[in-house]
Amino acid sequence: MSLIATPRFMHFPDALPLQSGASVRDYTLAYETYGELNADRSNAVLICHALNASHHVAGTYEGQDKSEGWWDNMIGPGKPVDTQRFFVIGVNNLGSCFGSTGPMHVNPDTGRVYGADFPVVTVEDWVHAQARLLDALGIEQLAAVMGGSLGGMQALSWTLQYPARVRHAVVVASAPNLTAENIAFNEVARRAIVTDPDFHGGHFYQHDVIPKRGLRIARMVGHITYLSDDVMSEKFGRDLRSAVVDAQGQTTDAGEYRYSTQEVEFQIESYLRYQGDKFSEYFDANTYLLITRALDYFDPARHHHGDLSAALAKTQAKFLLVSFSTDWRFSPARSREMVKALLDNHREVSYAEIDAPHGHDAFLLDDPRYLELVRSYFGRIAQESHA
Amino acid sequence: MSDAIIRQLAERVPMGSRVLDLGCGDGALLAYLQQHRACTGYGVELSDANVLACVKRGVPVLQLNLDQGLSLFADQSFDVVLQIDTLQHLRNAETMLQETARVGRMGIVAFPNFAHWPNRLSILKGRMPVTRRLPYQWYDTPNIRVGTFDDFEVLAHKNGLQVLEAFGLQDAHEVRWMPNWRAGTAVFKFKGAGA
Repeated sequence: MSLIATPRFMHFPDALPLQSGASVRDYTLAYETYGELNADRSNAVLICHALNASHHVAGTYEGQDKSEGWWDNMIGPGKPVDTQRFFVIGVNNLGSCFGSTGPMHVNPDTGRVYGADFPVVTVEDWVHAQARLLDALGIEQLAAVMGGSLGGMQALSWTLQYPARVRHAVVVASAPNLTAENIAFNEVARRAIVTDPDFHGGHFYQHDVIPKRGLRIARMVGHITYLSDDVMSEKFGRDLRSAVVDAQGQTTDAGEYRYSTQEVEFQIESYLRYQGDKFSEYFDANTYLLITRALDYFDPARHHHGDLSAALAKTQAKFLLVSFSTDWRFSPARSREMVKALLDNHREVSYAEIDAPHGHDAFLLDDPRYLELVRSYFGRIAQESHA
Repeated sequence: MSDAIIRQLAERVPMGSRVLDLGCGDGALLAYLQQHRACTGYGVELSDANVLACVKRGVPVLQLNLDQGLSLFADQSFDVVLQIDTLQHLRNAETMLQETARVGRMGIVAFPNFAHWPNRLSILKGRMPVTRRLPYQWYDTPNIRVGTFDDFEVLAHKNGLQVLEAFGLQDAHEVRWMPNWRAGTAVFKFKGAGA
């Protein structure tokens, strides 16, 4: 059965106070919902998105082929998170570039586009904004909150900020904070963007340019870290690009080196350039900076002297955590840290470590063990929620 | 595991215990303990199929490799740690026994007793036993640690474990008299020296 998605927008006139002390006022959140909220409002599931995704989680847009939501293999009628049983909500986070208020919108205080002046937002701020959306939708308690990667951080944060409002948290391929190596990758991406001459200190909109070079490199670095060495070797290996004819009419056959330092020689280069180009066409540079910073800042144990067990004492939800064996950006060891902290607090938790070759990207892919596991877990939630 | 054996083992678990079941299989024993003995706790499993089966039953399960130890679990954080037909698959069986005593206030271990008389008979005939309890050929058995009822007593003593109860199980009946000869399964209930 196909699902037709309709984006909706909710305007919030009241200012949202942010962790930094700043606030955003007169903001809008883009969201989508799938399925029906049941009579006792007990079957709502919130899906939190990661770096480059949005409120468009499932289904397609009317009349637009290939407009599937980013987690369409997971969510929909008859899918692991079954929209025939659950009322599923996808929401675009503040500062993003897919419909919710972000750096490319006008700052009501100045009448000018925010650009680099958009305030720094954190995972906690996003969760706060999501909670306001749920208030407006009349949902007091979620059957589940679910997310992968940065989305998993939001799911975890929900259980800390609003412990009584979450019955289950499904945290996939995530971490309780970023390691130094992980922050380092983010910093490379940010420097690529900020040092692009077209960035103009973040106010590039008024110069009618886009710092595409920076965005491309940011995406290339990111993409490398989402894959595993194995999957890259399998997909590309040392394969060379196909036969080419250069400007002088000189032909280089497939399988022959061109002895060039700047032209594409290997398939992996071609792939990364393609991914970078595509990304730079639709993603906002300021949003990239904001979202990677939100990743860096997230650290619920920080106010507990680094003691994650102490930090998670507030949780009341039941948890499902999933990691993937070849994910080195959000490794299984990081998920096990969260499992340990939940065990220390006697919380109900299940944990699966899926042996998959695809690296961090695996959380978005069709691994039958993973999808079946989530399906079974949500089956149990449905029984509890009478969904 | 038959329902009768599940009941035999479950009887040894005090009502309302917090239980860790190492190598919990499809979660049948933990589900029984949740429903009939008001227990809470977790299973630990390596196999994808068993993890899925546990989630389907609503038994909390952690996918971990026991050969990597129990570092996730704090000292004395469980009332009971179960190792039911698990010990014989573990490379580091002795370490896991120590870990069981560290993590649990009480441990219950059950494993196939290699000294059960049909096994002895088979060995006397010069062949490794292939029985209902030990259904594998010598070359494909997952039972990499074969031991006897009496062997476990020695190992428990060596590790300073205090054996609270020891008996055999055969056809779901308790065997108290000469269990090393007469029982296909050895069951030990014990606690650590410090517990």
